Amino acid sequence: MGKKMNSYAEDFPILKQKVNDEQLVYLDNAATAQKPRAVIEAITDYYYHDNANVHRGVHTLAERATKDFEDVRSKVAHFINAPSKDEVIYTKGTTEGLNWVAASYGQTHVKAGDEIVISYMEHHSNLVPWQQLAHRTGAKLKYISLQPDGQLDMSSVRQEITDKTAIVALAHASNVLGVVNPLAEISRIAHEHGAIMVADGAQSTPHMKIDVQELGVDFFAFSGHKLMAPTGIGILWGKSELLDEMPPLEFGGEMIDWVQLQETTFKKAPWKFEGGTQNIAGVVGLGAAIDYLEKIGMDNVQKQERAVVQAVLPELQQIEGLTIYGPQDAQKRTGVISFNLDNLHPHDVATALDMEGVAIRAGHHCAQPLMEYLNVPATARASFYLYNTIEDGQRLVEAIKATKEFFKNGTI
Amino acid sequence: MALSKLENLYRQMILEHATHPHHHGSLKKADQDIELRNPTCGDVLTLQVELKDGKVADIAFSGSGCTISQASASMMTDEVVGKTPEQIGKMVVAFSEMVTGNESDDVDELLGDAAILAGVAQFPARIKCATLAWKAIYQAVKADDKKSTVGFLRHDE
Repeated sequence: MGKKMNSYAEDFPILKQKVNDEQLVYLDNAATAQKPRAVIEAITDYYYHDNANVHRGVHTLAERATKDFEDVRSKVAHFINAPSKDEVIYTKGTTEGLNWVAASYGQTHVKAGDEIVISYMEHHSNLVPWQQLAHRTGAKLKYISLQPDGQLDMSSVRQEITDKTAIVALAHASNVLGVVNPLAEISRIAHEHGAIMVADGAQSTPHMKIDVQELGVDFFAFSGHKLMAPTGIGILWGKSELLDEMPPLEFGGEMIDWVQLQETTFKKAPWKFEGGTQNIAGVVGLGAAIDYLEKIGMDNVQKQERAVVQAVLPELQQIEGLTIYGPQDAQKRTGVISFNLDNLHPHDVATALDMEGVAIRAGHHCAQPLMEYLNVPATARASFYLYNTIEDGQRLVEAIKATKEFFKNGTI
Repeated sequence: MALSKLENLYRQMILEHATHPHHHGSLKKADQDIELRNPTCGDVLTLQVELKDGKVADIAFSGSGCTISQASASMMTDEVVGKTPEQIGKMVVAFSEMVTGNESDDVDELLGDAAILAGVAQFPARIKCATLAWKAIYQAVKADDKKSTVGFLRHDE
């Protein structure tokens, strides 16, 4: 490892603060990650020195901004091992990327009687676009079941994906259960049946090496803000032959080739999807975040997180009355740990933990069908990232124990 | 210990209401039946109201929620029985002001035991939990149509 454990936190200025008189422990990384100094400074530098609109000026600043903007596209292609930078489309986040696939590819390829297959663990952003596409086209939306430990049931995968299936859309990693889905295998099954495979990479891309070719998927979407870049920037990667046949969704400046009074021709992908002035500073920030992560190495990022989860999970498992959702084996999970404390609503747990300086999320995590599937109204969720330490995990454990003690006489 | 601050929120009476909520269940005969959701957390509250002679004659609530939302619903149901829609309207406004830190002098008189929820003002993230039931009763007694009003809280409320 390039750095000693525990020292990454120093790169994140926001972590050096007290919350409710306690040193902050930020464990809401599945919602959004904190930004290293390198990202914050890259954005500031861009606005101080290079800001201009891209692709349309001949002056020096416009040239510089355009180079920054397009260089990051190449950087992203390398980061996810895409065959070509022309397959990398800037979006505002995972949600937009998945919506575009549903609205553009889906609308032109899915017909009545076709099937769209997703799973019970999907985030609303990889569920509602497909549900609405099914409503519009008369296609049928089907759900892959989960095993008791939260992993996808592979026999259900083989059962639900049929020759009628047009699209399979799955999370690469769950934002609630902490599982990683075997996309390479599922992609093969989808392709055998003539379906395309769409991956929601929001929860995997920040935490592990992504190779879209090895995964065998046709589309892969992720958000910048969960991997230490600013909010409002994301990526949709798609195979060029699919992108080429997809109609653009937003018309206007930047995306056109030639406009006449009654007809317009469009640029090629990826530019035909990028109508209007893009989030250029966001792109610059994304480039800086990728540089930061690649310098450490994604394998090291994953190792660091796994070391923390391996230390923390057994301690959590020993707390009586604490239910942990998803696999109980630390080797089978990411840094996302959802849990409930007996007889206590997760909101009450989250407020109590906040008083101890520990920031976690409580609620349905934009996965209401999964909550129903698990038969819980909501869960608490702690999610770790590179800068979290085993000590942070211990603070979580202690705070949960203190919360349990505080409410020991029982509430609801 | 940092959790000592929690006692400002989770007073004993609040914990008791949450553990043993009053008017929990459903009514055989309801004039108003309302379901209110908090979309940010998924909490659901169903409220049934029976009106007689222009006043709330009986009330029942059900649904899932945290300690604060359940306790607040329980306290609300205690306080609104026998009240007219006008009186309830004033109570809802007073409650809403109280939990956002603008407590008026007559909250004890207007809100009875529910005035104990004033501590929520120190926990801004939990204001919505406390106000859900009060928004529901407001919609129930102010609504024009008789049955099945479904509403949700705005994101910015």
